[in-house]
Amino acid sequence: MSLTQDLLQKNTVQLNSKIPAGSMEDKWDNYKSDMKLVNPNNKRKFKVIVVGTGLAGASAAATLAELGYQVDAFTFHDSARRAHSIAAQGGINAAKNYKGDGDSVHRLFYDTVKGGDFRAREANVHRLAQVSVNIIDQMVAQGVPFAREYGGLLDNRSFGGAQVSRTFYARGQTGQQLLLGAYQQFSRQVGLGGIRLFNRTEFVDVVVVDGRAAGIVVRDLVTGEISSHSAHAVVLATGGYGNVFFLSTNAMACNVTAAWRAHRKGALFANPCYTQIHPTCIPQSDDSQSKLTLMSESLRNDGRVWVPTNPDETRPAHLVPENERDYYLERLYPSFGNLAPRDISSRAAKRAVDKGLGVGPKKNGVYLDFSDAISRLGKEVVEERYGNLFEMYERIAGENPYEQPMRIYPASHYTMGGLWVDYELMTNIPGLYAAGEANFSDHGANRLGASALMQGLSDGYFVLPYTIGNELAPMLNKPVPDTSHPEFRKAEEEARQRFNGYLAVNGTKSPDFFHRELGKIIWDYCGMERTQQGLEKALSEIPALYAEFQKDLKVTGDGSSLNQTLEKAGRVDDFFQLGMLMCRDALERNESCGGHFRAEYQTDDGEALRDDENYCHVSAWGWGGDPMSPQLNVEPLNFESVHLATRSYK
Amino acid sequence: MSNHLENITLRIWRQAGPQAKGHFEEYRIDSITDEASFLEMLDILNDNLVHEGKEAVVFDHDCREGICGTCSLMIDGQAHGPQRGTATCQLHMRKFKSGDTITIEPWRASAFPIIKDLMVDRSAFDRIIESGGFITAETGGAPDANLIPIPKPIADAAMDSAECIGCGACVAACPNGAANLFTAAKVAHLNRLPQGQAERYSRVEAMVETMDEHFGSCTNHGECEAACPKEISIDVIALMHKDYRKAKFANRKDLARQ
Repeated sequence: MSLTQDLLQKNTVQLNSKIPAGSMEDKWDNYKSDMKLVNPNNKRKFKVIVVGTGLAGASAAATLAELGYQVDAFTFHDSARRAHSIAAQGGINAAKNYKGDGDSVHRLFYDTVKGGDFRAREANVHRLAQVSVNIIDQMVAQGVPFAREYGGLLDNRSFGGAQVSRTFYARGQTGQQLLLGAYQQFSRQVGLGGIRLFNRTEFVDVVVVDGRAAGIVVRDLVTGEISSHSAHAVVLATGGYGNVFFLSTNAMACNVTAAWRAHRKGALFANPCYTQIHPTCIPQSDDSQSKLTLMSESLRNDGRVWVPTNPDETRPAHLVPENERDYYLERLYPSFGNLAPRDISSRAAKRAVDKGLGVGPKKNGVYLDFSDAISRLGKEVVEERYGNLFEMYERIAGENPYEQPMRIYPASHYTMGGLWVDYELMTNIPGLYAAGEANFSDHGANRLGASALMQGLSDGYFVLPYTIGNELAPMLNKPVPDTSHPEFRKAEEEARQRFNGYLAVNGTKSPDFFHRELGKIIWDYCGMERTQQGLEKALSEIPALYAEFQKDLKVTGDGSSLNQTLEKAGRVDDFFQLGMLMCRDALERNESCGGHFRAEYQTDDGEALRDDENYCHVSAWGWGGDPMSPQLNVEPLNFESVHLATRSYK
Repeated sequence: MSNHLENITLRIWRQAGPQAKGHFEEYRIDSITDEASFLEMLDILNDNLVHEGKEAVVFDHDCREGICGTCSLMIDGQAHGPQRGTATCQLHMRKFKSGDTITIEPWRASAFPIIKDLMVDRSAFDRIIESGGFITAETGGAPDANLIPIPKPIADAAMDSAECIGCGACVAACPNGAANLFTAAKVAHLNRLPQGQAERYSRVEAMVETMDEHFGSCTNHGECEAACPKEISIDVIALMHKDYRKAKFANRKDLARQ
């Protein structure tokens, strides 16, 4: 019996993925034909809470409000326009085939499943590819100024892991323009009274009454006040957990708290070890650094990645002759070249640097060189395509990329794992949904470039508005749960105790100190390359550091006014607990796939070696009472349309 | 290559709450690498303050990539500091020198009340967008994206003003605390596009009038353009005024017809 089957029999939670019947092409249409509807006049009787106002949250809140639902939206930012979706640079994929280069829904579906190393749920991915075309139509109608050709039609470029040009973009600020589009649509609803916005308000806990999500407990960041809010359904669109590494390309405030607190209330956390290390970030320059900056993958359309062949090379890049350079991506993966997928490009960079071939003052980067593109296309064309990225690089690194190659190195960027959800994007807690990066569903073990924006908007605009209706229809005339219920009181009291607790420790070290130390452990042992030995070490070091955190934390200020140190303490606490689960998940998955690379499982030429016999499943972890005793449940992955194959980009 | 700056003095505005009286407090940074960003310097200061048992300096920040618009800070009297076209989070210590005294204040504008220390409330910007800073296109039923070709120069010009990050530097730099650059950037983005024509005049009217409820009046100082981290041109204000004037006329005619 395979391990998957063996584990399946031991599941403590029955996982029903609710995949609709029919052929892959028909599933979503079949779902929509069969789903229950809420009459337009009855929608106003239902209340939905949306936590997070990034692409997924803003688009879901706006659309639900347009349909007539009462929406309460929460963000810890000062405005709904700030979420980290805004920082996505390169673009958004859609199977429009505007270039006539052979793209189709099926090809986008296939590329995404393959890019995810065959660890995603097929039906969800197919739906994503189907609605991708609607997203572009919707965003253009809203006035998103996508790049255009001289004839006035939309321009496309190509991205890693694809052999067609299907990526729509708005200079190097696609995420910004899409988020502002969704934010504007969201703001219109705030103005019309369809959405009540709670800004500078942080999610603290989810409240479950009689097995259903009944609402949430939040903390007003300005006053420290804890309060309860109830609804018929709760959507968590709260992003990923990449900041567990401390140094990452995530915004400083990105955190796992909402997903983690939901997990502690019974929601399963799926595939936490699937984290994406993005290949093109600016290398760390100093130990005091608190944030890494991503350089868009789109740069790999025209930039060539190389390292010198001599580890002792000291000449400036342009003086290193061609025959003393190793364009290793072009050499190893000739058909995809510099556009090899992220996990593969990242590991190749790590291998080069580990061999001592790194460049820059700390020898911790590889070159991304535009000199060929500049001589082929001219400086003006390169500037038109990447001007703002080049400027950003110069501001941060202090070097001019038109004259010398950029230095890049991989960094934590995105997390494919997240809350387990079914086809309707509902967690195993009825009435609790997870959308965007916060769920696990579409990217398998590795996400392709320009797919995160696509998924966030797909979930928010074109999936949740349907699936939530299907859930709510039978609840007509049920009142909004009462926030005086003992479960709300209890959750509020726990929240107060939790924050007072951080203030009361009165130790000697700041939350940032612990976060940095935690990040080092996770990066070393659960980063780009993992081993059994390393993960076991991490699983003894993290609990030890966590014990120190609980004894020696120092939080100054008080809990009744704005206190960023206190906010940080709560987030670091949750990162500690998640970190233990990540390492445990990585240890249990005895195979390499996508972003999860276990050194013990690789081919002769160093590529990821999957074990489809035993690990073709989703690992969905349940909370077992403390962070070191999680309970494993599995959802087997069945592939109907795509044949499981070794992922090759050669 | 990395160098160190020595003996930096920071004069930072501390204010316990919206109603409290604020004051400048001095802090010393003995040594810091010039590779550090300005906000990393504040991170280090805050970490030291917490270790000394003192309350950290509150300041808004998030993406640290110059795109989310969360960070603010008046640095030596300049919104976002001395480097043109650069948000505070992208400013690096290599723009300063050893021995410098750096004064750090919050945005100062009556429409942006101080919440604590260097953090202000910029919700008035959201009110402007809520009143009309959008194209009404409810989800579902949008026509094919390539149905309306948009000439590249128009798309590019729309993008130039759509780049606004909503940070509020324009308001902070303006002697009148006016929000004309912010408002006009959104008007120019949407009013230039074919999709934005249906609501062109109602949009500009609603946005300008909401703006006037919260912010001061523009007297063409041009400080906003100089402070804008996205270098949005003040020309958009002329476009807004032109459309507003037309709106007053066009909307009145429409009203008369009804």
